[in-house]
Amino acid sequence: MIKPLSKIVAMNIQSTIILVGILFLAPLHADVLNIQIGLITQEEGRHIPLSLLQPEIEDIGESGSEQGIKDNNTTGQFTDQSFTLTVKKVKPDEPIKQAFKELHDQGIRLFLLNLPAEKILRVVDHPVAKSSLLFNIGATDDNLRLTDCRANLLHTIPSRAMMADALAQYLAWKRWNEWFLVVGRHPQDRAFAASLKRAAKRFGHKIVEQKAWNFEPGARRTDSGHTREQQVVNEFSQVGDYDILIVADEADEFGEFLPYRTYLPRPVGGTQGLSAVAWSGVHEQWGATQFQRRFNQQYGRRMTDRDFSAWLAVRSIEEAASRTASGEIEKLKSYIISSKFNLAAFKGRPVSFRDWNHQLRQPLLITSAKLVISVSPQKGFLHQFTTLDTLGYDRPESRCKK
Amino acid sequence: MVLNRSLKRNVDTLLHGMAVFVLLTLLSMPVTAYTIYVSSEKDNKISVIDGKSLKVLDEVSVGERPRGIALSKDGNTLYICTSDADHIEVLDLQTLKVSHTLPSGPDPELLVLGPQGKYLYAANEDDNMVTLVDIDKRSKVTEIQVGVEPEGMGISPDGKWLVNTSETTNMAHFINLQTMKIEDNVLVDQRPRVAQFSNDGKQVWVSSEIGGTVSVIDTQSRKILTKINFEIPGIHKELIQPVGIQISADGKQAFVALGPAARVAVIDTNTFEIKKYLLVGQRVWNLAFSPDEKFVFTTNGVSNDVSVIDVGRLKVKKSIRVGRLPWGIVVRP
Repeated sequence: MIKPLSKIVAMNIQSTIILVGILFLAPLHADVLNIQIGLITQEEGRHIPLSLLQPEIEDIGESGSEQGIKDNNTTGQFTDQSFTLTVKKVKPDEPIKQAFKELHDQGIRLFLLNLPAEKILRVVDHPVAKSSLLFNIGATDDNLRLTDCRANLLHTIPSRAMMADALAQYLAWKRWNEWFLVVGRHPQDRAFAASLKRAAKRFGHKIVEQKAWNFEPGARRTDSGHTREQQVVNEFSQVGDYDILIVADEADEFGEFLPYRTYLPRPVGGTQGLSAVAWSGVHEQWGATQFQRRFNQQYGRRMTDRDFSAWLAVRSIEEAASRTASGEIEKLKSYIISSKFNLAAFKGRPVSFRDWNHQLRQPLLITSAKLVISVSPQKGFLHQFTTLDTLGYDRPESRCKK
Repeated sequence: MVLNRSLKRNVDTLLHGMAVFVLLTLLSMPVTAYTIYVSSEKDNKISVIDGKSLKVLDEVSVGERPRGIALSKDGNTLYICTSDADHIEVLDLQTLKVSHTLPSGPDPELLVLGPQGKYLYAANEDDNMVTLVDIDKRSKVTEIQVGVEPEGMGISPDGKWLVNTSETTNMAHFINLQTMKIEDNVLVDQRPRVAQFSNDGKQVWVSSEIGGTVSVIDTQSRKILTKINFEIPGIHKELIQPVGIQISADGKQAFVALGPAARVAVIDTNTFEIKKYLLVGQRVWNLAFSPDEKFVFTTNGVSNDVSVIDVGRLKVKKSIRVGRLPWGIVVRP
């Protein structure tokens, strides 16, 4: 299966580098298996972060996929496999099925999807998609893991339920049991609030106060922003006592305004402040430092959740391809969702896919803006099979079956 | 006179008692004198432990993030991968002073000494290279491109092979040290860490931290002879993460550190069966034998100590407090 490298590696290091470069560029000798991966990503328009420290990121998911392809090809030179990425960007009003068909017609059968949930379903339910394997790298919607599962769809991005559970477990460890829930004006904020309520119930918390934040966001860069926010948040947060304010603001419109401005001196968590995430630029444990450095040097910014989810999907494909020595979709899929599959993901324990809803199970980071505060699952939350399944919808709770 | 006699008796008793005490001490302690060196990743220190009293004699400050350490052939020098300082530091063990540094390429994590003691081989996690360093000339000789995040380094006793593991590529690369070329690549389980040759050179054992297995590879054919799996009642499989490996000189017994499982597995090398799991400190990573192989010392990253395993009785005898995040360990005869 594995060919001696001596055939292809030259005597000294300079020529090795050139050779490796050529390998990456594609034209390969006959017995190299080429595996094509397509990324369909929806352009989300310009997103200006509230903080000047945060960069504007335009290539969400794309850089992570590229990093994965690069890692795959370093391995591929030893296994005679090569991986290529084709990126298709779509506008929000563009017909999604056509974009999918276009890549499908090029012979691509492995896809990463950075799309809203309903568009993912439209792609996956396309009649020709049956012979493809698709990875959701961007949609956190619980329904995709609970009711709307598909045989050919896998999720490397965690669900809202997983993130809410991860945070709730940490807060249970802290015994910060009384929450003040603040919900933004978008449907996805309400969806995350629903996941938070479920998590509160599961881990013994109580939502003692709840308010909706309905202010229009306005311009993000202003000269005298703080005077207004100081006043508004102070008034808004005059409620009964609580342990922690939990905010659901996925669009990042106001959550950053809350810390240090609440009426009572209380911490803030949720989508901002203390957050549960799959990845963060602050993570450096379990070998993550080298991984982060590689990414930062190449792309000049920190890796995001979606980059990491894209990397996980690309690496999952390679892991299955090298273990099965095959690029056939059926073989890859059955290996990926089997109990044999596991992947190292800089999280201190192997990650793998749940066979009932094809969600990647993984530890989640509990972070502040600058450091990793903890990693969930927390000690003491036990499970019959793996404690990773204490995060999100477990087998008996999901209507999706193997 | 009376006083003198009673004094003499007292002195006799005292001397007798001391002799018994010394004898007992000699019986219970290892006879040969040796020193244990432990790198502490977080404290930027090398702890010096006396093999006889098992007490920490000294702590030496070195560069940022010391991890892999190796002893020179004559035992007078310690080579230290100071990962965040991006070089290798050379510690004179007589004076306990860093005399100079060696180039290593970025982020050196682990190193091994070549068979003649002339070269050092360092794994550079950041740029997928193994760097070959000439110790006397203090210069880089060459680099070898390997898989993603190279880590483990094992040299065959005959000096023919260097086996390097790459953590994200999941392979053991067999590098021919005469030609400096990779001759073969063996796919092992997820996140391979340590590569350790048996003393006769016939096998190389590779631990897979995330895969939870040890692959025993036949050096001649480069085929995996067996994969050793671990099972500990009450501990989830995901937390059994093999890293450090030591095989006894007679080739009969192997010790494998199991990371967060806080156990060292004792393996019969003929049957590959696990004879015993020994409870040690938390997140046990690397191991070293005493020169007489009567003891195995372990570095326990989370509990910040070194466990002392009595090889004859297969029992953990003692733990020694060292710096924070103890990582590498060597024993100087």
